[in-house]
Amino acid sequence: MGKTECGCAPNSLSEFVGKDIATRDAYGMALVELGKKYPNIVVLDADLSCSTKTALFAKNFPERFFNMGISEQDMMGTAAGLALTGKIPFASTFAIFATGRAWEQVRQTICYSNANVKIVATHGGITVGEDGATHQALEDVALMRVIPTMTVIVPADAYETVQCINTAVDYYGPMYIRLGRSKVPSVLPAEYKFHIGKAYIFNLGKDVNIIANGIMVAEALKAAEVLNKEGISTGVANFSSVKPLDEEALLHIAKNSKLIVTTEEHSVIGGLGSAVAEFVSENHPVKVKRIGVNDTFGCSGTWKELIKFYGLTAENIINTVKNSLK
Amino acid sequence: MADIAFLNEMAKTLRIEILKMLTKAGSGHTGGSLSAADIVAALYFYKMKHDPKNPKWEERDRFILSKGHAAPVLYTVLSLTGYFDKSLLNTLRQLNSPLQGHPCCKSLPGIEVSTGSLGQGLSVANGMALGLKLDGIPSRVYCLLGDGEIQEGQVWEAAMTASHYKLDNLCAIIDNNDLQIDGYCSEVMNIYPIDEKFRAFGWNVFKIDGHKMEEIIYALDEAEKIKGKPTLILAKTIKGKGVSIFEGKAKYHGIAPTEEELEIAIKELKNGKN
Repeated sequence: MGKTECGCAPNSLSEFVGKDIATRDAYGMALVELGKKYPNIVVLDADLSCSTKTALFAKNFPERFFNMGISEQDMMGTAAGLALTGKIPFASTFAIFATGRAWEQVRQTICYSNANVKIVATHGGITVGEDGATHQALEDVALMRVIPTMTVIVPADAYETVQCINTAVDYYGPMYIRLGRSKVPSVLPAEYKFHIGKAYIFNLGKDVNIIANGIMVAEALKAAEVLNKEGISTGVANFSSVKPLDEEALLHIAKNSKLIVTTEEHSVIGGLGSAVAEFVSENHPVKVKRIGVNDTFGCSGTWKELIKFYGLTAENIINTVKNSLK
Repeated sequence: MADIAFLNEMAKTLRIEILKMLTKAGSGHTGGSLSAADIVAALYFYKMKHDPKNPKWEERDRFILSKGHAAPVLYTVLSLTGYFDKSLLNTLRQLNSPLQGHPCCKSLPGIEVSTGSLGQGLSVANGMALGLKLDGIPSRVYCLLGDGEIQEGQVWEAAMTASHYKLDNLCAIIDNNDLQIDGYCSEVMNIYPIDEKFRAFGWNVFKIDGHKMEEIIYALDEAEKIKGKPTLILAKTIKGKGVSIFEGKAKYHGIAPTEEELEIAIKELKNGKN
């Protein structure tokens, strides 16, 4: 039914195993596989299907794909209507438009009605790169986290993304899944199992624990390796599930930390860092340092330049830890 | 065949119950609930396939009250058709009542989706119409919008979508009472010509008197025969219809009648001026 002119051809899932691929690519592939299994999955996009990778689903299941044109608000409402007739809609566009332009539709029509809509947004954060501030969502997690009934997930790599998308089909209720444009290294081990509301602790540090999600998990792991070599016992945990937050794991981490550092590809206001600080300050106060984008807009540049420019690097995590422990 | 006298009687009953519940609540939207009463009566007592004992019946026709502030007309018709006990109407807008100020689908059977923030219902109706078509279910989706509401840009996104996807199982109805909170629609932000706009968007349009039951019935029946495009019923109405002290007054958009006004209103309605 819906039209897409995207020329990208479907690849096999195995092609991505063990490779550094963008979470949006993993999403596109996962959707096709799920589409084969679940006839009630429908996909909506707002004229970005080639970028969000829903074009793969569109090519395989054209009768279940709805291109809504450049109209995100209408897309969210239509997705809610489809959900309320028993479909499992995946609605995709860039993170800033899904959560910003259509925020009130997400709140009023999807969440207040508990419509089973899966909002899977790509191009979260500054790794959008050259397009600059207008297309770089640094507020999306905050905007979604504040809405009652909403589940918010920021997967770390392709493997976690695929599991997260699979889980979304089985879970009833609105979900926001935030994906990225650029390639990310594989970080989660083969035995990893994604669960909504569960953190994954790579290792628990005695001095410092770094709580990260999205692309920052890889940077946190690099930073921890250096810090551990230098004698600062540093752990890393992947908190892909920003809401619900794994409070049990967080309390355990807080009890074992002299310092918690959070890091995310998002504003330091309202995202993972805020969620962690809110919980820790109320339940087991320990010093928390937040690393993210410091209340400013993004800008143009290559994504590699931008993560350095905004300090979303292992190097900045290391420096922050050292300065905070002084 | 529609029993016009019966439907008119039901519309009158809806109006009386709306006014009683609003007076009890002490706040709420009087004018826009009264202007929609004939249309809603025709839908629930004549046109729509629905089963109050099985509100989630897959093959039901769907009704979306996009102008969610007219909740009293919906609550009243749902109680009169048996979705819930009529005594609940006395709890409108009270703490812990399922009858929220604007309709909440999680708290009350028969509400298809939560509405109240204007401009959002037509998109939902489109989604339902698409879903029904995918499943080959021949049900229809009705969406009632306010006229001021079409100032919201999302309505036009949705108008484009309904036409693009040829949603002939969708029928939108605009309650064109010509008044919004700040005054006449044409003065606050001109919405006219509504019919030409929708035709330009690819819709079939019927213009009717929204208080003449024969015309409402005719349009609802004819809409079902139109294939390949959605239908808009542009219903000319009077805000506060049925009660002369409320008719055509923007003031009664968002306030409830006093006890004295209620008494006058019920007397007038019962005396047959409708």
